[in-house]
Amino acid sequence: MTRLATRTDLNQLADSLRQAPAAGAAKPQIFVGMSTCGLASGAGKVYDAIAAALQEKGLADHVQLIKAGCVGLCFAEPTVELQLPNQPIVTLGDVTAERGRQLVDELAANGSFSNPLSVDNAIFKKQVRIALRNCGRIDPEQISDYLRNGGYQMLAKAVFDWQPQDVIDTIKASGLRGRGGGGFPTGVKWQAAQGAAGEIKYIVCNADEGDPGAFMDRSVLEGDPHCVLEAMAVAGRAIGARRGFVYCRAEYPLAVKRLGIAIEQARAMGLLGEKILGSDFAFDIEIKYGAGAFVCGEETSLIHSIEGKRGEPTVKPPFPAERGLWDASTTVNNVETFANIVPILEKGAAWFRSIGTEKSPGTKVFSLAGDIKNVGLAEIPMGMTIQELLYDIGGGSSDGKPIKAVQTGGPSGGCIPSIKFDTPMEYETLTALGSIMGSGGMIVMSEGTSMVKIAHFYLQFTCDESCGKCTPCRIGCKRLHEILDRILKGEGKPEDLTKLEELGNVIKDTALCGLGQTAPNPVLSTLRWFRGEYEECLKRGNRPPTYRIDPVKCVGCHACFKVCPANCIEGKVKQPHTIRQQDCVHCGACFKTCKFDAIARE
Amino acid sequence: MATAKHSSAAATAPATPGADTAKYQQLEAFLTGLKVDGADLAGRRAVLIPALHRAQEIFSYLPTEVQKFIAAHLNLHVSEVNGVVSFYHYFKTKMSGKHTIEFCLGTACYVRGAAKLIEKAESMLKAKLGETTTDGLFTLGSLRCVGACSLAPVVQIDGKTYGRVTAEQIPAILAEYQK
Amino acid sequence: MPFVNITIDDIRLQVPKDATILEAAQKATIKIPTLCHLELHNRQTVNQVASCRICVVEVDGRRNLAPACSTKVANNMVIRTHSPRVLKSRRVLLQLLLSNHPKDCLNCYASGACELQDLANQFHTDKNRFEGESSNFAIETSSAAITRDLNKCIRCRRCETACNDMQTVGVLSGIGRGFNMVVGPAFHAPLQDTQCVFCGQCVKVCPTGALMGKSHIDPVWDAINNPDKIVLVQTAPAVRAALGEEFGMEPGHTVTKQMVTALRRLGFDYVFDTNFAADLTIMEEATEFLHRLQHGGRLPMLTSCCPAWVKFFEHQFQDLLDVPSTCKSPQEMFGAIAKTYWAQKLGIDPAKIVVVSVMPCLSKKYEAARKELSSSGLQDVDYVLSTREIARMLREAGIDFLSLPAGEFDNPLGFSTGGADIFAVSGGVCEAALRMAAEVITGQPLETVDFEEVRGQRGLRHAGVEIAGKMVNVAIASGLGNARRLLEEIRSGKSSYHLIEIMACPGGCVGGGGQPFVDSKHEFEVIRKRSEAIYAEDAGKEIRSSQKNPYIQQLYKEFLGEPYGEKAHQLLHTGYTGREKL
Repeated sequence: MTRLATRTDLNQLADSLRQAPAAGAAKPQIFVGMSTCGLASGAGKVYDAIAAALQEKGLADHVQLIKAGCVGLCFAEPTVELQLPNQPIVTLGDVTAERGRQLVDELAANGSFSNPLSVDNAIFKKQVRIALRNCGRIDPEQISDYLRNGGYQMLAKAVFDWQPQDVIDTIKASGLRGRGGGGFPTGVKWQAAQGAAGEIKYIVCNADEGDPGAFMDRSVLEGDPHCVLEAMAVAGRAIGARRGFVYCRAEYPLAVKRLGIAIEQARAMGLLGEKILGSDFAFDIEIKYGAGAFVCGEETSLIHSIEGKRGEPTVKPPFPAERGLWDASTTVNNVETFANIVPILEKGAAWFRSIGTEKSPGTKVFSLAGDIKNVGLAEIPMGMTIQELLYDIGGGSSDGKPIKAVQTGGPSGGCIPSIKFDTPMEYETLTALGSIMGSGGMIVMSEGTSMVKIAHFYLQFTCDESCGKCTPCRIGCKRLHEILDRILKGEGKPEDLTKLEELGNVIKDTALCGLGQTAPNPVLSTLRWFRGEYEECLKRGNRPPTYRIDPVKCVGCHACFKVCPANCIEGKVKQPHTIRQQDCVHCGACFKTCKFDAIARE
Repeated sequence: MATAKHSSAAATAPATPGADTAKYQQLEAFLTGLKVDGADLAGRRAVLIPALHRAQEIFSYLPTEVQKFIAAHLNLHVSEVNGVVSFYHYFKTKMSGKHTIEFCLGTACYVRGAAKLIEKAESMLKAKLGETTTDGLFTLGSLRCVGACSLAPVVQIDGKTYGRVTAEQIPAILAEYQK
Repeated sequence: MPFVNITIDDIRLQVPKDATILEAAQKATIKIPTLCHLELHNRQTVNQVASCRICVVEVDGRRNLAPACSTKVANNMVIRTHSPRVLKSRRVLLQLLLSNHPKDCLNCYASGACELQDLANQFHTDKNRFEGESSNFAIETSSAAITRDLNKCIRCRRCETACNDMQTVGVLSGIGRGFNMVVGPAFHAPLQDTQCVFCGQCVKVCPTGALMGKSHIDPVWDAINNPDKIVLVQTAPAVRAALGEEFGMEPGHTVTKQMVTALRRLGFDYVFDTNFAADLTIMEEATEFLHRLQHGGRLPMLTSCCPAWVKFFEHQFQDLLDVPSTCKSPQEMFGAIAKTYWAQKLGIDPAKIVVVSVMPCLSKKYEAARKELSSSGLQDVDYVLSTREIARMLREAGIDFLSLPAGEFDNPLGFSTGGADIFAVSGGVCEAALRMAAEVITGQPLETVDFEEVRGQRGLRHAGVEIAGKMVNVAIASGLGNARRLLEEIRSGKSSYHLIEIMACPGGCVGGGGQPFVDSKHEFEVIRKRSEAIYAEDAGKEIRSSQKNPYIQQLYKEFLGEPYGEKAHQLLHTGYTGREKL
């Protein structure tokens, strides 16, 4: 790898990479998704099988086999994507080593793939890929792949063509908002940092993706690490910083590894370090490891953690842009935010604004998990409704039952009931529903999920992750959790619901950091939308629900009789039915089936 | 850093020869390699968490003596070092069993039945989460979301990921390690 | 713009733009309650963790409530400090704190001096609606000086700030996290096993009874009431400048003579004075200093009266153990002399003697328990009461302190010079040593014994004192953070001082960890007043230089021989040991 001493070197290299016959689009390309999920599902074996088969058939020089990142189809891992010259790309799911060999056989025999079992294209149709543009399309461990696709050109422009203020103006004009949860305008943050006092400034990439169920940042780092590095360097140029840190969870070994390789390669080529592309601009990046503390996603905690301290948050203001790492101005943006920077600079603010909504321009990556058919990542324009995301892209629930609610924003977010699924997703609309955009984690819950238990689960999480610094979070969340515990055990009292609300609101109002201020959201939102379940829990205690058939309302349609797995429903067609209580397994199947509202749940 | 620091640090290492000595030497080499300026408190602090990560790799956990050793080397108060160690869940202060079974406690895994897996493993191994079995073979632990939600519920044993695990599969999975 | 306009509870006012809402409210005579907030010693140490959230206020246009202690004002800010939303939040927060608190105020030593109790009184929280699991820690009593009851801890972290930022002792840290987070030593180690120096600054700033001085009251009552024992009491110079405050007196008055009467009424057999031993200390320490100065000994020489300071360098500056003076502290010298010279003089079996000290200090309890401080074969000092404890005993005994008649110390161990009085203040030991050293060097009586250049309230001071044409460089530190800076200079070989006085507590012993509790906001002022009272006591003495104390001269003549001589070494000097850092 030779150092690029000038901008011309960069351009020449990019040109030669694009034109090189060895890398041309004239060859068939096979991408194997090799991110964490893929590897855990056996992508390594698939890759090896394909590589061996290509050797065997003497195709190794005629087909390009690429170890790619993840395209976001986690439910179908291992995935393989096939690109024949001048044909649309085809995505295959659940590929085995055997199937991999078959693919090569077909290619050898026919020069094409016969009738490949492709993943439904609809999953991609509604997506707009900005942050994930390169994920699955390039080999993240080869900087040449990134350079071929126009990589580091925006850094070159930022260094040679633009003034720092030009970059900030473009980001401001684009309306890009922080994708880590808060939704703070990125350009405004950069402007503040640029204007902050002090010679030394820092850029920090927040890759402490801690929301359970959110994995888009991991995917970007595993699939396209250079896009983050380039954006950080651009930010450094715009703001006047010479050092950057990526604060990454220790739970993401592959992301850390690939990021490390990317940094080494960028340094070797003179795209990081001193005298970037022969200019006077210097910028270097280090990886810092998290150590298992959710609160370190909060920017002041994260800064303390980089400093080597307990990751306890401190009061804002002063904001990090003013006083952060080692008391110097520090700009903290999350991975997905950085992943948007280069495309915005490439295509302009107006282009970015043409996607998404007025208040929330651009796209957002959501990770769909839980009871959903197509578990995975989806990058969609802001403003898409929850319904579209869940059904058109997510494919509906995994068990065929109706989806009851989604939880967005992880432990800081709230549960949104199905009646609100027509809401277009923007920062403000989700907040209005008592949830938040958060980092884009979306946990899907189908009918039958107890919302009280979900709230209890999240509070357990918050109690485990509370740093313990401030009173409302340390003791208040514990009390919320205890009350929920009590309710679930059947020891709840009627006033407990008021207590939950009162305490939850005080915690929101008084906690020190974002974790505490949002910790009650899961309780408050489920109380708001599913209060009935809480009341039922209070009434019923931990006793399972009892079902009774109202003889007046029952028309004797016999539907319940058919669905009862315990065969404990008696009755003849057109006559009122009854439930043999001693044999009932309390599954609720009859209750859900009855179309005449004749079955009461107590 | 003054050489006096190094000697006092070495003094805190256990005198008993054996595997531990080699481990301390490894750790010492790492710490010395950091080349931090003794007069720069912020610089010494900034390498604490990397040092703890490295130490845990070497020792598999962070016993008291190792924490003191690091504190002496970096000239930080032991209370500060222990304050940091006890803050981050990733750092372990108890020796683990031969194999570590970790259950992902992310939401996706929860929704898809992680609790049942834990229940099953706990009852089979007669140890609770965070505990080590009496034969020292397994330590049960929990993981924060590993982001492999498509595989939910996820169990990792010694870092190897098992996806879409059911309670019925637990005995067979454990059996692989009980040989 | 140095000032901004704000409206606070409908009062409009101008405040400096750097002010916090809390400070602005004070200007408007609005008292916003606080718990974790702490400002010490002219703002050099501030605990601004903003963790208790009791001080939250409503700021127009802000989504959530703002902590007044750490939120800066802004122009045209509109603040409400007692809106229903604010009061409700405070009440709930207080109930949360109380839900994890034992609420055994009737049995608590801090009762009456507890900020949490005060708040509970103000808010009348009625029935607590948020009870739940509460902490269940064993009370930690390992050390001779400080008791920790973490069940009463509200995690305000003031102690941590005092220990780390002010004193740089570094024994306390947040340990663990979440509900189970505690403030304590590494590995939950008992205090006795740590590098804690027992300065007691943490006890002073603790808003509740979580940190307490360990009580010696019961064994002292037992000794007093034991007919086989002869119980001597000695009182440190700083006690007389603060004891009155315990009985409602304004700070800044010495109550020496009432104190003597009070102690006698409590039943002590002899009421002696640590001041006597302070004069003796000067004899030894000034001689040692002159010895080092004239014989090319280790310089600078550091004073060694403060046990917290001694323990501090034993842990943290093990390479400098030869720098401090080898003199025992006055308390220990007193005990050693009482159980030898005085016992012999009166023909009493030293084993029957119980030496009780009344000290402004908690570390003295630890010092008394140091095994090597037992020159007579018996522990030099048996029990140590803090200023707060002696006040408690007086109240227990129903002694109406303020109306007591004047009393006089018993002799010979009760007579002292002004040089002994000033041991109570930072710079005093140094000044007393100079009073003697100057006269010994020049062979002439001093025109004035007041060395104003070594006095003052700053925590770190230095001065050049000319004696017989030679410049003696002295430095004075109070507060261990300041001491550390001087020690690091010595370690790096850059120190040009001859004599350094160090006291662990800010302001010296008048600001000791065993002194009456003072609202931290006023502490700096109170310490200054106590110091002034001490200097007045000194100025009022007929004899002001230690070497002129006739009873001291008699002691050397009858018993000790030469200052810094062999017998003196055996009884009045000691050595230091390196200790583990933990």
